[in-house]
Amino acid sequence: MSLSQIINLSLFQAQLRMATPILFAALGGLLCERVGVVNIGLEGIMLTSAFFGVLVTYFTSSPLLGFLGGLASGFLWGLVIAVLTVRFFGNQIVVGTGVNVFGLGLSAFLSQKIWGSRGASEAVSGFAPLRSDLLARLPYLGPVLNEHTFLVYLAIALVFVLHFFLFSTPWGLRLRAVGENPQAADTAGINVFRYKTLGVVAGSLVASLGGVFLSLGHLNFFAWGMTSGRGFIGLAAMIFGKWTPLGCLLSSLLFGFADALQMRLQALGVLPSQIILLIPYLVTILVLSGFVGRAVPPARYEPYRKE
Amino acid sequence: MRLRLTVPVELFAIGLAFLLGMLVLFLTGYPPFSALWALFRGAFGTRNAIGQTLTQATPILFTSLAFLLAFRSGIFNIGIEGQFLIGAFTAALFGISFRGLPFPLHAILALFSGGFGGAVYALFPALLKVYLGAHEVITTMMLSYVALYLTSYFVNYPLKAPGWVAQTEPVAPSARLPRILPPTQLSLAFPIALGLAFLVLWFLERTVPGFSIRAVGANPEASENRGISVRKYQILAFVLSGFIAGVGGGGEILGVHGRFVDGFSPGYGWDGIAVSLVGRLHPLGCIFASLLFGMLRAGGMTMTRVTKVPLDLSLIIQALVILLVAAPVLIEQLLARCRKPRRSEV
Amino acid sequence: MVVLSVRGLTKRFGEVVANDHIDLDVEEGEIHGLLGENGAGKSVLSSCIYGLYRPDEGRIFLRGHEVHIASPFDAIRLGIGMVHQHLTLVPHLRVWENIVLGREPRRGLRVDRVRAFAEVERLLEETGFRLDLAKNAGELPIGVQQRVEILKVLFRGAEILILDEPTAVLTPQEVDQLIETLHRLKAQGKTIIFISHKLREIFALCDRVTVLRRGKKVGTLPVSSATPQMLAEMMVGRKVFFEFPRERLAKEEVLFELSHVFTDPPGVPLQDVSLKVHAGEILGIAGVEGNGQSELAEVVVGLRKPKKGKVIFRGRDVTAIPPKGRILQGMAHIPEDRHRRGVILDFSVKENLLLGFETEPPFRKGRMTLDFARIRDFARQKIQEFSIVTPSEDTPLRFLSGGNQQKVVVARELAFHPLFVLACQPTRGLDVAATEYLRHILLGVKREGKGVLLISADLDEVRALSDRVLVMYEGRIAGELSPESDEYQFGLLMGGKALHEA
Repeated sequence: MSLSQIINLSLFQAQLRMATPILFAALGGLLCERVGVVNIGLEGIMLTSAFFGVLVTYFTSSPLLGFLGGLASGFLWGLVIAVLTVRFFGNQIVVGTGVNVFGLGLSAFLSQKIWGSRGASEAVSGFAPLRSDLLARLPYLGPVLNEHTFLVYLAIALVFVLHFFLFSTPWGLRLRAVGENPQAADTAGINVFRYKTLGVVAGSLVASLGGVFLSLGHLNFFAWGMTSGRGFIGLAAMIFGKWTPLGCLLSSLLFGFADALQMRLQALGVLPSQIILLIPYLVTILVLSGFVGRAVPPARYEPYRKE
Repeated sequence: MRLRLTVPVELFAIGLAFLLGMLVLFLTGYPPFSALWALFRGAFGTRNAIGQTLTQATPILFTSLAFLLAFRSGIFNIGIEGQFLIGAFTAALFGISFRGLPFPLHAILALFSGGFGGAVYALFPALLKVYLGAHEVITTMMLSYVALYLTSYFVNYPLKAPGWVAQTEPVAPSARLPRILPPTQLSLAFPIALGLAFLVLWFLERTVPGFSIRAVGANPEASENRGISVRKYQILAFVLSGFIAGVGGGGEILGVHGRFVDGFSPGYGWDGIAVSLVGRLHPLGCIFASLLFGMLRAGGMTMTRVTKVPLDLSLIIQALVILLVAAPVLIEQLLARCRKPRRSEV
Repeated sequence: MVVLSVRGLTKRFGEVVANDHIDLDVEEGEIHGLLGENGAGKSVLSSCIYGLYRPDEGRIFLRGHEVHIASPFDAIRLGIGMVHQHLTLVPHLRVWENIVLGREPRRGLRVDRVRAFAEVERLLEETGFRLDLAKNAGELPIGVQQRVEILKVLFRGAEILILDEPTAVLTPQEVDQLIETLHRLKAQGKTIIFISHKLREIFALCDRVTVLRRGKKVGTLPVSSATPQMLAEMMVGRKVFFEFPRERLAKEEVLFELSHVFTDPPGVPLQDVSLKVHAGEILGIAGVEGNGQSELAEVVVGLRKPKKGKVIFRGRDVTAIPPKGRILQGMAHIPEDRHRRGVILDFSVKENLLLGFETEPPFRKGRMTLDFARIRDFARQKIQEFSIVTPSEDTPLRFLSGGNQQKVVVARELAFHPLFVLACQPTRGLDVAATEYLRHILLGVKREGKGVLLISADLDEVRALSDRVLVMYEGRIAGELSPESDEYQFGLLMGGKALHEA
């Protein structure tokens, strides 16, 4: 077996694909963290939206409606988390854990009810890959960037949109102020609760895109626990990316590479699957330990109480 | 006249969670009341049912104590599932080897080895957190997956016993924890867990390291100023937490299964987190809450058998409990609204 | 013409009545002082006016019309601006971003940076300030940060400015500059409410003054017809003595010494800091906050290791000894921010008194267990000895008043007769009674022949208590002065200038 069987252009194409859900999770987590909420529940949000994406598609035969269904679940989760943590001062980590467990439970429960199996759903139609002739002609980069579902391109575009939003618009400015020094924002007349809620809901929405990608954009069915920790890896990517959208992009590519490599090695049967599956998790731990000592989060993670 | 009800937040949360769970059943076309009835029957209906409840409560009590101890020092050890699995694995290995040892020495040592396995496994993220600032929620979460796949690998390949099932050979009879309520699976692990709860309580309230751990969790800066090392005590709490989780895993193997089976844990680590929170991070509260969750699991199996309601309903109820308990202010306001007297029609 | 009126304003926090049916009238174009000791309710009153707190009772009138101020947003819209005691800038945003936050000039979707700069520069001209708008707000010295806060308020078109204890963080010279700025603003027709507990400033600045005591208004009078004694009595409710007897008790013996200490960031780096505390002496360290005092305290306590230099206690080098060891050798520490560093609010009085001693006999019996009988007796004894007001020794500390919390800290620190006490901002946030009590304690320590190192940003306090005073500036000891030296000499050193400069 030669190295070129493992490392070739399709690996990089896979890297971009596998980076996508992590990037969505990282960007979603970023929005939440910038307003001072640690969203541990990204995993549960992604799982729920993956499930509902498939569920709605199953009943409507329209991946587009499935896509919207997944987004809707992300939006709802965002509201729930925002209400519990911002309005009712709930402990963010506890709330996040609850979201994760709920996602696991609900998806298995409904899966059993509808398809008779808690493990996997039936296959549904997913999104077609988009093809561009222009890209196809580019050497090397072309095949890597071409023929992805629209969600992949959406993720990359979102990086730049969020960068613009956070650093060039007034609302982004206020969002950042709210996270870093809520008292300052409050005394400047900014509605801290509103911006925190906005950040959390928007973040959950973005993360849910990652879930929808995993089911509709990639495998075309739902499997129990299919997020496999990507919500947490997304958080690690966000930290590694120093809480900036561009940083998230770069670190997600790193983790995407680990994931793609793991899948490639599994397909080739090089090592037992369980050992290979370890790779992304070990990479995450390495990243966190090699780096985080110096990273300073941009916000304070306490509930903001007015008298 | 006003009704004075001091309902603790947790009881209200549990009640509300059950209600919402039943609502879920109703909305998805399952019979809510029969399901609930089957659940209770499966949990308390017969001697066997009670035995099953206590058996399911045992590992949950261990993991909840583990989470509690770490939490009191300010550490979110989300990865107790991983430490539980590693502890189970280590205990199984010890129980399979060292066949010359007599009972009870073999069993005791095997249990302790499970504890040490969990403790060592918790030491990595502890050091990473304290010396490198790596967020323990993410590292322990990752390590949980690592533990899952690693043990799965061993049990599917090198250590696999002949046959279809992915499991190891049985441990020596001298390493088994005896059953205390035949024909149920309830083993000595249950009273050990109870004893451990009291031990943890005594440790936290009456000893010097326990006091220091609590101080560090309540106010790390003030503790440092008074010469109490936050690093030292957070690592200690983290490692002890892993030890307890590991003992729990060992207890499951040596008491119930007798061998390491791939996927034997339906998520006892996660239950432990919920139980700890519901039990207000107090060992005695953990005892009561773990009985409740044990009931959910034990009764759940009967519920599934009789009404075909998927087992995962218990996960849903658990999650609802966690969410409701996460924001006590929410419950307090709900309760306040219930207590307010209606405007009387004059 | 009365521009702002308050009637019957009441605000409660649990059982404490912070503002008790207060009436206030502020004339347009005046500088109105709000005077009272710590805890009298001045900040609470202004926070109610600014919409940070919601009053339980009372009405507010602006130019005769009743207004409802539910949040700072409303207050700003009505032309009220507030500069807070604890600065509210966002450290990682730039100065100009901090100023325009919430009222950003826009061009399409973006923030219009060009217009923002233009508008801010116009304000800079009006106020006479000079600022680097592009710097990160967190990097500015505190006196400059305050100017940014004033600009923030002006940018939103405030006609009524409330300043809450603005001089706490300034050197005497900077105070003069602030007074000049406020006069300039008054000339432009602005109305200013100036909150302070310092009589000197009220006299220098205000037209009229309202005195608050324990949440109630004591009276309003023109400053021209008031004397310091009169105002002080109104503030405190009884005759106040300003002077402590000055006793020279210092011996030759050096109890504590820092020798050429250098430290690295994070924090303000200390540069060649040396000092000696003799037995029977109180050595004071004055200086504007943020010039290395916290870092100095950390070195003394043992929480920060110096890059170079030594920490010497009773002739022995303790530089390598951690906080625990220093406590056991007889070094005590009354920390700066008692809620964060001194006490554990969720622990009981008993447990807080135990904090740090739990590993030692007699509180420890056996290898690991605690002797609760001893701990309880110890707690009861200390509660009596220090007159700590608490329902019992098991009451969680958060239910005690600030003064009593500080008493718990002091009781604990002095419990085993330490030879040296480091006191950092010991009377901050305490009312007059608690402040007096604490100062007596420190003087008592001195009289017993022990040594005290007093770090305080309150220049009056340092001068009142110390036998000698060192001034810190940017991590160095800028100079030594006698406590009787002129205030402006202190100001020079605190501002980084040498003594011979005018």
